[in-house]
Amino acid sequence: MSMQDVCVIVPVYNEALTVAKTVSDLLQTFDHVVCVDDGSGDGSVELAQAAGATVLRHVVNQGQGAALRTGFDYVLRHTAASYAVTFDADGQHLVEDARRMVQRARAEAIDVVLASRFTGRTEQMPFARELVLRAAVRFTRMTSRLEVTDTHNGLRVLSRRALQRIDLRMPRMAYASELLDAIVPAGLSYVEEPVTVIYTDYSRAKGQKNSNAFNILFDLAVRRLRAAQ
Amino acid sequence: MIIKILLITAALGVAVLVLREKVPRQQEALRRATGLLVVLAGIAAVLWPDLTTKVANAVGVGRGTDLVLYLLVTVFAYAALTTTQRIHRLQHDVTVLTRELALSRPTPPGGGEESIRPEAGSAAGSAATREHS
Repeated sequence: MSMQDVCVIVPVYNEALTVAKTVSDLLQTFDHVVCVDDGSGDGSVELAQAAGATVLRHVVNQGQGAALRTGFDYVLRHTAASYAVTFDADGQHLVEDARRMVQRARAEAIDVVLASRFTGRTEQMPFARELVLRAAVRFTRMTSRLEVTDTHNGLRVLSRRALQRIDLRMPRMAYASELLDAIVPAGLSYVEEPVTVIYTDYSRAKGQKNSNAFNILFDLAVRRLRAAQ
Repeated sequence: MIIKILLITAALGVAVLVLREKVPRQQEALRRATGLLVVLAGIAAVLWPDLTTKVANAVGVGRGTDLVLYLLVTVFAYAALTTTQRIHRLQHDVTVLTRELALSRPTPPGGGEESIRPEAGSAAGSAATREHS
């Protein structure tokens, strides 16, 4: 199946060690890879460019939510892609999983395909991380009416319709919950696909700290308060 | 006596700041009037120290200093809140600008500027690029 109408969005923030390999792996399957650089200072931009990605640069760090939103806007304004894939730059996802998710979105005409590491296979996940992520899943199930098993997975497939209807406004990492919360109200269809997430020493050191869960909850609580006003 | 001169000078300095600040908002007139009122009240309190106690007693507070402290806490909380809100607004504006800037000049694979908007003018565009590289 052709992947010409798919645009892969890779948010990048100081990922010089892994970004080139991530991009070149993606380009073996997908034609169009867009890296949204979120103010990296380690040469990630040049590496991504040399590896064959289109690069958008945030001159000031704005958080992953803003980076993804820039990527979504790029897809809508500058391409005719039918699907956007979000893919982490740190090498924890498999391109094969992304390909399968796009195929499923197309075959079943689904707007949003979410990746789940809990129905899939997870390699070397730290125990504390598992506890935090499972708590996040319970929280999301309660608040967004979604039947999901993994809420903070960077691998997603979104149809063009989904990009048009989902508006991300949250700062930092809370966008992941915001994105999920928007699916049902926007009338979008969704499905979960089991995937493999590889935890390496690099991704463990580079990734989110468990304590950041508190910040996410705080951001979400503030949003609730504002929405209630 | 010296402290009175110092305090009144400081109060007038605040008044100057209140008048000079350029924030074109609808409530600006109200904010300035309130600011000047506070300055005048401050000067009055310096010139007639007993006045604060009289006002305090009138509203049911024992000492004038307590009343001044309550007012200070209220004004500080208000100032801190409006400043925080303004910072959040600015942060949001910066995010919007950063994203638009990124979208206006995507770099295609291999480097160089993609000419999505040829009408934007090459001179200004290349000057901005040079500044960042």
